[in-house]
Amino acid sequence: MNPPDANSDYRRQAPAVAERFQKLKQRPVVLEVRDLTRTFVTATGEEVVALRSLNFSTYRREFMCLIGPSGCGKSTLIRLLAGLDEPTSGQVLLDGASVQGPCAARGMVFQGYTLFPWRTVLKNVMFGLLMQGRNHDTAKSEALQWLDLVGLAKFKDAYPHQLSGGMKQRVAIARALATNPRILLMDEPFGALDAQTRAQMQEYLLQIWRNVDVTILFITHDLDEATYLADRILVLKAHPGEVQEIIEVPVPRPRSQAQFATPEFLATRRRIDELIHPPVKSTGEKLPIVRLTVVGDDVE
Amino acid sequence: MPSPRWFAIGREPPPRRRNVLALLSFLLPLLLWSAVSYVPWIWHPLMRVNDAGTVEWFKPGLLVERAVFAEENAKAVTAGGRAATGERANPVFLPPPHAVGRALWTAFTTKPVLRDELWLHQSLLLSIRTIFLGFMLSSLFGVPLGILCGAYPPVARLFEPVIDFVRYMPAPAFGALAVAVLDIYAAPKIAIIVIGTFFQQVLVIANTVRRHDPALIEAAQTLGAGPRKLLLHVIIPSCLVDLYNDQRILLGWAWTYLIVAEVVGVSTGITFFIGQQAKYRNFDNVYAAIIIIGIIGLVTDQGLAFVGRRIFPWQPRAPSRLNAFLSLLGRKGGKTA
Ligand SMILES: Nc1ncnc2c1ncn2[C@@H]1O[C@H](COP(=O)(O)OP(=O)(O)OP(=O)(O)O)[C@@H](O)[C@H]1O
Ligand SMILES: [Mg+2]
Repeated sequence: MNPPDANSDYRRQAPAVAERFQKLKQRPVVLEVRDLTRTFVTATGEEVVALRSLNFSTYRREFMCLIGPSGCGKSTLIRLLAGLDEPTSGQVLLDGASVQGPCAARGMVFQGYTLFPWRTVLKNVMFGLLMQGRNHDTAKSEALQWLDLVGLAKFKDAYPHQLSGGMKQRVAIARALATNPRILLMDEPFGALDAQTRAQMQEYLLQIWRNVDVTILFITHDLDEATYLADRILVLKAHPGEVQEIIEVPVPRPRSQAQFATPEFLATRRRIDELIHPPVKSTGEKLPIVRLTVVGDDVE
Repeated sequence: MPSPRWFAIGREPPPRRRNVLALLSFLLPLLLWSAVSYVPWIWHPLMRVNDAGTVEWFKPGLLVERAVFAEENAKAVTAGGRAATGERANPVFLPPPHAVGRALWTAFTTKPVLRDELWLHQSLLLSIRTIFLGFMLSSLFGVPLGILCGAYPPVARLFEPVIDFVRYMPAPAFGALAVAVLDIYAAPKIAIIVIGTFFQQVLVIANTVRRHDPALIEAAQTLGAGPRKLLLHVIIPSCLVDLYNDQRILLGWAWTYLIVAEVVGVSTGITFFIGQQAKYRNFDNVYAAIIIIGIIGLVTDQGLAFVGRRIFPWQPRAPSRLNAFLSLLGRKGGKTA
């Protein structure tokens, strides 16, 4: 394996990767964000600009990750895209048409699973299909196919509380995909999972995405996760939330965990790190030192 | 294995200990009652006369205060007569457990004193009917209105202020009005139960529905659920368990209005029975009736809790005692079969 190359540039793409991006950008735009601004008024009457003049678009079947420091407005943005919140100004366009309010064409997977506890796994997946007016039998057979796809057909009659976190999130993904959304919005979907389950879920998600005609917008604050999953990474900056850079990930597909140590992976990761963790400027301020320990061997 | 500590905040005791505690919760009051009833030197402020001696106004079976008993005896002895004998006794309003136990049995097996009086079970059925009709009628309007108030803030703004106002008016205050409007028989009694339950019910149900998880609503919206479907397919099912438990508590509430309801117009039901028995000073019957009300309440409530666990299988709860017992029976039956 190549040693990490300090000079390797995240912008340098292998010919195959460059070609992929070229093809991707020729695809139709699925979601377009124009001049999106969201201002909150706090209880004390102050105005907080959570997002300012955001512009970007995603192409059909693209996997886009959204990363940024805590509080930069990632959740705010995804809620605007889902139609769960209204922008102060600007527009969200789906397939070229302006959208308002939530609908099944923009599916969402939340960090907190949000499965319906009173419905079995199968009925959770059937929910969206029934809401679209599908009859019970069609909905059931379609839902079963989706459960097969996420590998949970065995658990179709279980209730959500009987599943592990990873399984719940797979059900949530199946449920969101069942209605055939144009775009799947995911807000830190694996944030509550342990490292191992998380890695497994990333694997699953890539597999599912490869087989389904869906664009994914995925929020994370994990650099490895973003680099591993994304075609492009949208890096936001905080206060106010603005697009800092859109990174084209030069890591070739299909992805595998083995690529974590490749130079292009590390270069990308390093770049995001620079963007969201700018070097801390020393203020010269020192904390007052109060010794609160009685261990005197000064190993620390 | 060390046995778990008794006092750890929020920690459920192990099942065996739980059962022992539940048993003690009934046994301890019974033990106290037995002690006061059967141990002669605990309380027993009176003397029951066995042999009147030469005291003129004593009769066998008469209850007199201990001081009076001693005084009269002293008078009798100084007058050269014979002292009365007797034993320490409690007042009639505190019958011993066995008397109440017997009354529980005889209450159902003895004929009423007067010809047109009702048997205890008839009185009870009448009361249960009043409660049932009152509660159903209240729920018929109270539950839907509560759900609407909880789900749609404008509905709440329209109804809740006036309901808040009315609920502070004591239900019995409407008694005379109910009789004037609804005659003196069953209707005004049911009306009192309805008035007593309805207003609380709307507010309690509305509060429960208001506490629904907004994340579930949002999830449903992103799955294409429109506003009308949200209420039926998300809000109500997500609150169903809590609504059911609310109804259990409200039913208990309705029971407490029974006594005031039944004295409205012609006194009937268990209240009338208790009143009559108290008039005849059959306090063992009075206690029997009160205990029966308690048993009916407890059994209904536990029955509803049990049913609740069956009809809401999605609750991640430990199986109930009754459930565990039934499954044990089922397993035994399965083995022998
Ligand atoms: N309802 C609200 N009212 C007022 N301010 C809000 C509201 N929602 C979000 N904000 C503010 O908007 C900013 C962005 O919040 P948001 O939750 O979108 O951040 P985030 O990027 O998702 O953070 P995290 O990584 O911690 O999830 C924050 O400064 C937050 O205080
Ligand atoms: Mg967030």
